[in-house]
Amino acid sequence: MSRIATVFDRLRQQNKKALIPFITAGDPDPAMTVPLMHGLVKAGADIIELGVPFSDPMADGPTIQRSSERALKYHVGLKDVLTMVEEFRKNDMRTPVVLMGYANPVEAMGYGKFSTRAKECGVDGVLTVDYPPEECVEWVEHLRQKELDAVFLLSPTTPQTRIEQVAKMAQGYVYYVSLKGVTGASHLDLSEVANKLIQLRSCISIPIGVGFGIRDGVTAKAIAGLADAVVVGSRIIEEIEKSPRAEVLTNVDRLVKGLRSAIDEVSIKY
Amino acid sequence: MKVYDLPDKRGHFGPYGGVFVAETLIAALEELRNQYEHYRSDSDFQAEFAYELKHYVGRPSPIYHAKRWSTHLGGAQILLKREDLNHTGAHKINNTIGQALLAKRMGKPRVIAETGAGQHGVASATVAARYGMECVVYMGSEDIKRQATNVYRMKLLGATVVPVESGSRTLKDALNEAMRDWVTNVENTFYIIGTVAGPHPYPMMVRDFQAIIGREAKVQMQEEYGRQPDALIACVGGGSNAIGLFYPYIDDSDVRMIGVEAAGRGIESGQHAATLMTGRPGVLHGNRTYLIQDADGQIIETHSISAGLDYPGVGPEHAWLKDSNRAEYVGISDAEALAAFHTLCRYEGIMPALESSHALAYAAKLAPTLDKDKLLLVNLSGRGDKDMVTVAEASGITF
Repeated sequence: MSRIATVFDRLRQQNKKALIPFITAGDPDPAMTVPLMHGLVKAGADIIELGVPFSDPMADGPTIQRSSERALKYHVGLKDVLTMVEEFRKNDMRTPVVLMGYANPVEAMGYGKFSTRAKECGVDGVLTVDYPPEECVEWVEHLRQKELDAVFLLSPTTPQTRIEQVAKMAQGYVYYVSLKGVTGASHLDLSEVANKLIQLRSCISIPIGVGFGIRDGVTAKAIAGLADAVVVGSRIIEEIEKSPRAEVLTNVDRLVKGLRSAIDEVSIKY
Repeated sequence: MKVYDLPDKRGHFGPYGGVFVAETLIAALEELRNQYEHYRSDSDFQAEFAYELKHYVGRPSPIYHAKRWSTHLGGAQILLKREDLNHTGAHKINNTIGQALLAKRMGKPRVIAETGAGQHGVASATVAARYGMECVVYMGSEDIKRQATNVYRMKLLGATVVPVESGSRTLKDALNEAMRDWVTNVENTFYIIGTVAGPHPYPMMVRDFQAIIGREAKVQMQEEYGRQPDALIACVGGGSNAIGLFYPYIDDSDVRMIGVEAAGRGIESGQHAATLMTGRPGVLHGNRTYLIQDADGQIIETHSISAGLDYPGVGPEHAWLKDSNRAEYVGISDAEALAAFHTLCRYEGIMPALESSHALAYAAKLAPTLDKDKLLLVNLSGRGDKDMVTVAEASGITF
């Protein structure tokens, strides 16, 4: 069983929901990334989404774009991100790592080279934001050959036919974008999320994570009551951004622990 | 003979084009594609578009024989397709009228646009005023500094200009920001993209609206010269004026098509925007095309004296025309474009946009190598009033 499936399996047995924090590799600087990843796990992360910096992150809001810009100042590219995962794996063989990024860096590296190297380094899944299912059949084929999970986004505007199409291609988990707009936006309509999840569950058998708009324990707990996993990105990046370098690890630890305990207040009703 | 019929149903020109966007934008693009498919063959829509082009824009734009300049160069005859005479002074208005009419029919009261030099922003603000729509224009804060008069022009027309502070603070970042606005406000907002880039259906739709340039030229050439030109020459940033001229000629294989990119301070300097000459295929702004990028796949900042050509991508149809050898793409430096700007002013009394000056500069290189009976049709895509400060600065003059 894959690392991602193993995690969701264990959580189901423990009656718990998954917490998936997102950080951008190389933010605030390259040396901080691996310690931050271990810190996230210690604070209660079940899976880590690791952002691959890109010069033009069109689907992200200003917070995540700034994190990309900070990393790019150090020229952190896809091959450096893979090395960071390899480094992380030396001390953690359990926590799944999902790379999240844009198509161009993987195209520049090449599908074959990327999937081989990603597997070697211990990557578990890849979410390529600007690859909708129609445009990435060959890409998913490469990932599959190396047993890397292809994670896909679904949105409030995704129609039934596309949900079914994604259901056929997606592995690991799917990521439901809980509001219109970009990462870091703040309005979250819980009843709309609840209704959409009922529709998604009718054709998707793998776990469903929900992200976008989760900013504190209250929203995290509310989402944990509905979804299999809670994804938190911009809020963590904000914490990294506003903390002096020496306090980044402590502040992120406090934040993620808070999210963890809020999520754990929800008891599962499968 | 095989008739050119690209793009395919999902917007592909060979391996280029397509729809490379996050899931959050897919539904909006589907809606746009369906609506455009419908109105593309709707006679009322086409009639209104034609009416507006004639009475509001002032089309058809003439073809002018630059006789004195041609004689001076001593070779082929240079003909100018005068898009600079359009209302607002460039070809951009052809497209913004088309998209605004579509927005109106789709019931979207708010339009947004990205702009580099400000020409597309002005053209968008103009049509928004004309049709009574709210207009928000995203513009890199660097470009706002460089193009203060166009910013004021947009404001006079009632548009809100939003400075973009992310990335390199230029056109590509304005495009990113406009996409973000669109994904957030898609119910009431229509995104007017200014060039033949972006996700499908934009490259096709913008081409269709700009193709009036080439269709008119075909008729005018037949009427006035009894034949078609030997070569078409147009500048290429994103490539909308070039596609507008080229598209109706694609199946006429004896007409050469030459796209002129900005070679900036010289290709070898690395400071240029010659995407097709030096770039590699990749994915940016919703489509697969040639891109100026580094080994890691990060997009590199480009340079051109002309803000309208200063873009690290290029329309996917140009990428396909290059790979299929139907069109040729060449580079012209800042200095060469400036020289052509001055020459056209002095020999013909026409002040060309710096973008168009790249096409003129290449025509000036090519003409002397050809016989006097050859005809080169250059797309004079815009007028140069907006560039006076830049040209003055390049000549060491301050006002």
